[in-house]
Amino acid sequence: MGLLAPERLTALEEHANDVRQGIIRSLLAAGSGHSGGSLDMADIFAALYFHVLRHDPQRPDWPERDRLLLSCGHIAPVRYSAMAYAGYFPVEELLTLRHFRTRLQGHPERVSLPGLETTSGPLGEGLAQGAGMALAGKLDGAGWRVYVVTSDGEHQCGLHWEAMMTAAKFQLDNLTCIVDRNVIQIDGSTEDVMPLEPLTDKYRAFNWEVFECDGHDIGAFVATVEKAKQVKGKPQVIIAHTVMGKGVSFMEGDYLWHGKPPKQDEADQALRELGAARELIGAQRG
Amino acid sequence: MASAGVTSAAGAAMHLVDYTDPAAIKQVPTRNGFGEGLVEAGRRDERIIAICADLSESTRMEAFKKTFPQRYIEIGVAEQMLVAMAAGLAAAGKIPFIASYAMFNPGRSWEQVRTTMALNESDVKIAGAHAGVSVGPDGATHQAIEDIAIMRVIPKMTVVVPCDSAQTKQATLAVAGRFGPTYLRFARAESAVVTTDQTPFEIGTAQTFRDGDDVAVVACGILVYNALVAAELARKDGIECRVVNNHTIKPMDEAAILAAARDCGTIVSVEEHQVHGGMGSRVAEIVAAHDPVPMEFIGVHDRFGQSGSPPELTEEYGMGVTAILAAIKRAHGRKRAARG
Ligand SMILES: Cc1ncc(C[n+]2csc(CCOP(=O)(O)OP(=O)(O)O)c2C)c(N)n1
Ligand SMILES: [Mg+2]
Repeated sequence: MGLLAPERLTALEEHANDVRQGIIRSLLAAGSGHSGGSLDMADIFAALYFHVLRHDPQRPDWPERDRLLLSCGHIAPVRYSAMAYAGYFPVEELLTLRHFRTRLQGHPERVSLPGLETTSGPLGEGLAQGAGMALAGKLDGAGWRVYVVTSDGEHQCGLHWEAMMTAAKFQLDNLTCIVDRNVIQIDGSTEDVMPLEPLTDKYRAFNWEVFECDGHDIGAFVATVEKAKQVKGKPQVIIAHTVMGKGVSFMEGDYLWHGKPPKQDEADQALRELGAARELIGAQRG
Repeated sequence: MASAGVTSAAGAAMHLVDYTDPAAIKQVPTRNGFGEGLVEAGRRDERIIAICADLSESTRMEAFKKTFPQRYIEIGVAEQMLVAMAAGLAAAGKIPFIASYAMFNPGRSWEQVRTTMALNESDVKIAGAHAGVSVGPDGATHQAIEDIAIMRVIPKMTVVVPCDSAQTKQATLAVAGRFGPTYLRFARAESAVVTTDQTPFEIGTAQTFRDGDDVAVVACGILVYNALVAAELARKDGIECRVVNNHTIKPMDEAAILAAARDCGTIVSVEEHQVHGGMGSRVAEIVAAHDPVPMEFIGVHDRFGQSGSPPELTEEYGMGVTAILAAIKRAHGRKRAARG
């Protein structure tokens, strides 16, 4: 995509690999939780925390920070893992995921862990809150931006569409919605459960600027964000095409991994695969 | 299924499992009883249809979906749609059971429940899964502990909270065969099965699971088992508890509550719910209006839930056997003090 220097891209891919390993370790320790969506958003979360976002892990309440909202709270492990590797808290704390008295609640809680912008888990509520933040930013003439990560399944919630109308009405060009388009939800394919297509047309009809990209191509994602940031007068959506469970062969594309953690032998194999993949990062770029 | 060891005549009359013998107790999630009951209800009445909001396995609607694919509707992550569409189907002669987690239905869909189900008098049955902190590691966002309060406040609504999986099956069948907007609440975690097929069940009729007239323990849901265990321990301190399985929150069995107040002179309420506005609050409203007695309230005291294992959370929120026993002793002491 030409935007990122090869070394930079290699570094980001290594971060994504770390994030995936953190997801596997934390879910194994938790004994419950959502593997599939967490893994498939690892590339995007690595790109966000290590390249896109204006943020400071030492000052999670820095007023000038970009706001990253995770609307689909069930994939909290990817956010926790990215935050840990970015320096918000010790990586070992990932092993407390979902335990009694942990800061890493099963679904993210704003008052529990500094650096989370909202409490989420009940689907469909992120974009509305993001629109509120973006509007506040506009009223204050602030320089920070709002990014809202959403799942495709939660596009079935009415509130999400109310937020889409609202963001367009107030011309929130400081708001970018990122969709984890893995075409999977709990009961199967989104297109069987409650069809979302044609999703790009729907966003366009709601007066959004629409981008699509491969959610596992970090270079392409970063370039797409740069384009989105140039848009004036409209909110933007990036529909990121992803593969559930990406990076772990036996989870890829399988909806049964939506809400399951790996067992010990599965985690061992996943970590072996991720270790092997890490050796190859950057190799093809020479 | 022998009831021989059950320590009171009431327990025997109710055909309870010998709950004093841990080996006799099976652990089954109450939601399983819903899944079985719904299939059976579907066999008995072909007007029954099932609608789910992307949670067919965990709400246990899956069995109905497999048995009656033509009468199963998948609506996606859209709980408000779930309720309002069901009201439409009911208006056209169907009897819809609608399932999601209690937090989202009736949690998210409350106004649709009030208008399109209750005010509309639609024969829609809500199955609220994953109620209580016993949901466990998912944490506060998924632990419905306000749902009894928001449902019991709605006119014309029936609210049923069965005590175990066997009773959840009976309750599902009873609800299916009775007209009216209804909320059926159940839980995720495995919990003790104390009732049997022979245990009588009728909506609106509370059940005395244990005789006694020193303290009345009025419980609902999966904590009924803890209440029974605590009652046996209280006996060692010379306190004989009456344990009432108060499974119907609305319409509540006022006669049974007033009899408990009169005979025992004090009540401990036990529920996996906020104490504000829940089952115990309704008990307090009844006794305050007719025959006030001191009460102790076991439940969540104005806090949110959190991640943890179901046993850890049951202890943390003061709903374990030790906490119930302590409440029984406090209630007993307050009664004596009140009598001077
Ligand atoms: C309002 C609401 N209803 C139901 C749920 C239960 N739930 C959790 S994730 C999910 C859907 C999963 O699909 P998607 O959001 O696309 O996530 P993915 O499986 O791709 O990770 C559902 C229904 C919820 N969290 N919130
Ligand atoms: Mg999805």
